[in-house]
Parts: sequence; structure tokens; C-alpha cells
Amino acid sequence: MEAGMVTPAPALVRFSGIQKTYDGEHLVVKNLDLDIRKGEFITLLGPSGSGKTTTLMMLAGFEVPTQGEIYLADRPIKNVPPHRRDIGMVFQNYALFPHLTIAENIAFPLSVRNTSKADVQERVSAALRMIKMEAMAQRRPGQLSGGQQQRVALARALVFNPQLVLMDEPLGALDKRLREQMQLEIKQLHETMGITIVYVTHDQSEALTMSDRIAVFNDGIVQQIDRPDALYEHPVNSFVAHFIGENNVLAGTVETIDKDFCRVALANGGAVTARAVNVSGAGASTSLSVRPERVAIVPDGTSSEGPNRLPAKVQNTIYLGDHALAVLEVAGNGEFMVKLQPGAHHSLTHGEGVTITFRPEDCLALDPV
Amino acid sequence: MTDALLPGANAQTEVPLKRRLRRAERARQVKALALVAPLLVFLLFTFAGPIAGMLWRAVDDREVRQVLPQTIAALADWDGKDLPDEKAYAALASDILAARASGTVAIAAKRLNYALNGFRTILTSTARNLKAVPEPGTAKETLGKINPAWRERATWTTIKDASGPVTGFYLLAALDLTRNADGAIVAAPSDQAIYRDIFARTFLISLGVTALCLILGFPVAYLLATLPPGRSNLLMIFVLLPFWTSLLVRTCAWIVLLQSKGVVNDSLHWLGIIDEPLRLIYNRFGVCVAMTHVLLPFMILPLYSSMKAISPAYMRAAASLGAPPLTAFLRIYLPQTLPGIGAGSLLVFILALGYYITPALVGGAADQMISYFIALYTTETANWGLASALGAVLLLATVLLALVYGKLVQGQQVTGGMKN
Repeated sequence: MEAGMVTPAPALVRFSGIQKTYDGEHLVVKNLDLDIRKGEFITLLGPSGSGKTTTLMMLAGFEVPTQGEIYLADRPIKNVPPHRRDIGMVFQNYALFPHLTIAENIAFPLSVRNTSKADVQERVSAALRMIKMEAMAQRRPGQLSGGQQQRVALARALVFNPQLVLMDEPLGALDKRLREQMQLEIKQLHETMGITIVYVTHDQSEALTMSDRIAVFNDGIVQQIDRPDALYEHPVNSFVAHFIGENNVLAGTVETIDKDFCRVALANGGAVTARAVNVSGAGASTSLSVRPERVAIVPDGTSSEGPNRLPAKVQNTIYLGDHALAVLEVAGNGEFMVKLQPGAHHSLTHGEGVTITFRPEDCLALDPV
Repeated sequence: MTDALLPGANAQTEVPLKRRLRRAERARQVKALALVAPLLVFLLFTFAGPIAGMLWRAVDDREVRQVLPQTIAALADWDGKDLPDEKAYAALASDILAARASGTVAIAAKRLNYALNGFRTILTSTARNLKAVPEPGTAKETLGKINPAWRERATWTTIKDASGPVTGFYLLAALDLTRNADGAIVAAPSDQAIYRDIFARTFLISLGVTALCLILGFPVAYLLATLPPGRSNLLMIFVLLPFWTSLLVRTCAWIVLLQSKGVVNDSLHWLGIIDEPLRLIYNRFGVCVAMTHVLLPFMILPLYSSMKAISPAYMRAAASLGAPPLTAFLRIYLPQTLPGIGAGSLLVFILALGYYITPALVGGAADQMISYFIALYTTETANWGLASALGAVLLLATVLLALVYGKLVQGQQVTGGMKN
């Protein structure tokens, strides 16, 4: 997948054969090789316990890898303490120092570096301008709203021009609207300042919105690293297909493989043609993945034969404002979602038999779930 | 809009609504009061009452007035410049005879003896030798003959000063002050001026013990707050262990450990570090060690609770922002523990101020704190006035300290103590 990328920038961070265990029995990070390029916004995405936060903490220096080495600008940093790594970090609950004012919080990384007083003042006011909070310089963190605290934490992590900025689920505590606004602000900061950001989240839509690249973690292993659109269109396995975006799963058995495509027999009869992405061979069981917006409902018996046509039964319809969803029963899956134009759901009645169709290119044959 | 929704909630029923609210509130208040009432009554009888009684005893001065009522009346308009007139002598003679009959001479003698050493002898010898009421006009001569002290002005000013019903005598004495024959406040004679030294010693020992507790308790509290729960609970048990044994037992254990043939000295001797046993007990060292041991938990617990509230994310944030561990500790961690340090120090200091049994057991004569003297005056010499006055001074100092601390903490909360 990476072959299609335009001239990759040199790696700023390189994880090489990293393993991490806390209890000496279970590996939290199983075998991590990951390059982070200078200037990119990379997101470590995965469910909780997948090893993404541990990876971030190893990069920040708060956890030591059990095995392997981490390079920052080609320098091994396994034995460099956190305060000498020159990495800015934004924490989940902001971790603003409660006994210091906003200005003092932002000045902290500068003052511990013995920056001159005039310089500190200048850079702090520039940072306050950047986050549009000049008026609140003398307030304390406890007097700010969540979004304001988040901005201050951001300014504090950026004010000393670190070569790398880490963000550990920084928007988790904000409400949805504010979260979306902050996502855009962070993205904008990244673009204007040209900084390298490593972002950890379990929210796939957040990852899709902000990232240049996303590393999908599961079970201590990076499942796939790619651009957001590539992850969505070309997931390498069922986990990624399921974790990124909405996804319908149909279980089946591979009958024949013909180059990129294969014929899959569904569990309860019927067969479809699918792209063979992750199947071992004929006779292997597989799990088909179809996105809800790539499926069309056609009136029963309009056209006789097509590539992928399956009978379905309408279970329910859900109106969601900008679109509607039809919940169907297809080949034993009672929660098969089809995205509809708003209003189109009126023409469907519960229990009605319909026919669905989708292109073979939009149906991926992946490893069985 | 609400008017339409709530039937009857229009302008006329607004007052009943308020009254209903008040009634509901009142029921809650009554319930709350009922819950604290038993403790309140208990405290009233066991705490507020005795303290008020103590404060009253510090200024109460009615003994002489009860025993020598006529003398006090006769001295009421005496100017104190010369000896009082014959009338006062006659009243005194009559009072003394009456007191001898009712056996109350000793009461007045004791009180007057506090003010003027030797007054007891003057009064008892007079009571013994005064056969009958002197002939009119001869009282002065008769009494002067029995005891020449009656011809001295100081004897009479002492009686007048002790005429009550209230006096500043004890409070002044507690501060090493006294009134001279002219009624001016002057420093007490050096052989009686011991209390300022004792107060200073009490404060010094308390301060030292507080500092020791802070130095020893801070790392332990830090460990408690940062260890995983299992081990932290175990450590907490060790911290609280001293509470499970009586104060007396713990203090006696220190005697066993520190005495000249004790465990510590024997070990040091056996190791060849010392030849002569060190003097570890019945001196200031022993007092500080034993008191620190007893008071340590009172420092550790407030420190622990303030440290527990500090998220480890702060130290991580400080490190990620480039602060070396010591800088991060001094600039981020320590300031956030200040409320705990303040609370623990105040608690230990105030408890130490009132310490009695530990210094009494492991201290020397020069290490006794003010409580020892308060106990001495109440139980040994029955000088309740002075004991109460010393207690009142100690109470005042403690209250002042608590107020200063309250002010400091309040300032902290306004400007600082904010948590996310």
C-alpha cells in the first residue's frame, strides 16, 4: 500500500523491534516496527488495551521498552530520561498545574530551560495570542472550561518548539461539538506550524478527520498503517474493516479464486463475487465486508441476474437526518445496514422482502472473524 | 409558562410556596440538629464547660474575701500610702477570730502566701496568739505585738490586692509579671520568673518535634501515596500501628530502648562505637525522639491525603516539558502539598504544645513542658488559679496559631487550591 505514497519524508522517529510487557507474561506491545516521518500527523488508533498508549508512553520516556530500540532523529533514546527528549506532550486530562496561572503554565517549559525573562514573556504572549486567550493569562486552570484548558495544554506543549508533539486522547473529556471544533484547530496548527504530531485515540472518526496516516493497533500489533482513505477502502483484515467506519459482515466459504476476485458461498445458500484480499485459498472460510453506502436496494424481481444479488428482509428503518439506514436480514446476518437517501426509508415496510445488490469491488473477502 | 403548567402557582400562591419551602427546609434543619445534638450536649459538658470554668478560675479571687470580709470592707477606702487605721486592725482581729472558729484561716493563708511568701506564718501565728477581741483602740498595738509584719505596709497591700472578686494576679504570674506595692505591673522577682522560660521551652520542643515529624513523615507519605494499593495498605498499617498501643506503653518502650543500659547503648557498645553509654534519655533528645514517634502519624496522614490528590500526570507533564526531577518536585509537587504540610504541622505542633506524660517520663528537669506545671499546680499544690492562668495563656497561643493557619489556608484556596 505504501508504494503509492509521494516521496516520503525522512523518518523522525523509528520504532525498531519494540516489545513491552508489564508482568513478564503478556506482551502489551508484541513486535512494533514503525516509522514516523518529519512533519506528519500520525494517529495511533485502536481499542483500549491494544498497546497504543503504551507505545506513546515509551516514546515519551515514561515507559521503557522490554526489547528493541526507539530512535529520535537517528539517536537511540531508550536511556534518555523524558525531560531530555525534547518532546512536547498533551495529556488526557490536560495536567495543567493547578497552582500556577495560565501564563505561568505556558512559561514553565521555557523557564526550566533558563530562557531569558524577556524571551519568555514574548513567547508566552505569542502562544496566548495563538490560542486567543490573552485575556485569561492570570486565571488559574480551575477557572477555565474544558476547551480552554485544552488550548492552554496545547500551547504549553508547543511553546518550546519541541521536535515532536505527543497527544494522548486530548479531546476525550470534551463534548462532541467542542471536540469537532478542537480537531479542526489542532489540524490547522499542525499545518501552519509544520510540527510532527503523534496522536492517540480510540475514536476512529477523530482519526479519520485529522491524520495524515493512521496506525491501527489491536492486541499489541499494528494491523495496518496507511492514509485514512486507504484504510477505509482497502482494509487488510476484518479487524481494520470493522474498526474503521461502518461495516457489514457476511460469513462464507471460498469456492474459487480467480486472480483478484473470488467466488464465495454464503452460509445459508447463495453466492457472491468478492475481491480476494485476505483469503488463504479455495475451501477456506472467509468473512465478507461490505460498507453500508455501497449497497443498493432494488425492487424485487426488477432484473433477473446480476453479479451480486441477495434476497433480504427489512427489519427496521432508522432516520438520521442527513441520511437514513435500513436494517436488513441478509444471509443470516440480522443487522445488515444499508445507507439510504433521507426519505427513501418511507417506501420500505417492516418484514418486506427486497433484493440488495453491490459491486464485487465493494465486497472484500477477509480473514474469518 | 410555569404558571400554566403548575395548577395554582400564580401570584397569590407565591407566599404559601415560599412558606412551604421554608417548612421543608426547617424539617431538614431540625433533623440535622437532632443528629448532632447528642455530641453537642456532650461537648458542652465535657469541653466548653470545663474550659469556661478554667478561664474563670484564672481570674477568680474570692477566698480572702470570704475569710476576711470585714477587713476587706475596712480596706475599701484605704489609699495604701500609709498603714491603715485602727478600724482595719479591729476588723482584721475580728475576722481572724471568726475564721479560727470556723477553721478557714488556712484558706486565706494559702492564697495570701502566693502573693507574699511567709504570709501563711503571719496569719497562722496571729490566729494562734490572738486570745480575744482587743479592747477598742488597741487592735493595732495588739496585732503588731503578735507579729511585727502587721506594722508593714506590704502586708496590708497584699490583703487589699487579694480582695477580689476578680484578679489579674495569676495571669500576670503566668507571664512572670507581678504588681509592686504601688500597684504597677513589674517583672516578677527572678526566683519566681520561670514561666516565660517554660513557655519558650514548650514552643521550642514543639517546633523541633514538628520539624522532625515533617522531615521523617514527608517521604513516608510520598511512598504511601505512590505505591500500588496493596503495598500502600500494608505500609499504612505500619504507620497506624502506634495508635494500637497505649501512649504510656510506647513511652516506656523508649525508656527501655534508650536508657544507659538499654538496647541502643548496649548495641553501640557491643559494636565498639562507644566506650561510655550515651545519655539518650531524661534529656531533650529523649523527649524529642519519643514525642516525634508518638506524633508522626498526625503528620503523615494529612500529608498523605494531600499527596493522594496530586495526579501523577502533573509530574509526567513537568518531565515532558523539560523539568529535571528535582525541579519538577520543587516547582510542581511541593507547592501542591503545602496545604497538607500546613495541616500536619499545625496538628502536630498543637498536640505537642499540650504534651505532658511523655516529657514527664523521658525528660529531665529542664525538659518539662508547660502542661507538667499545670498538672503540678492542680494535683500537687492545688493552686488552681495559677494552673488555670497557665492553661489560659497556652489556650490563647494555640487559638492564635490556629487563626493564623486558617488565614493562610484561606488565602491558598482563593488563589491556589484549584483542582481540575
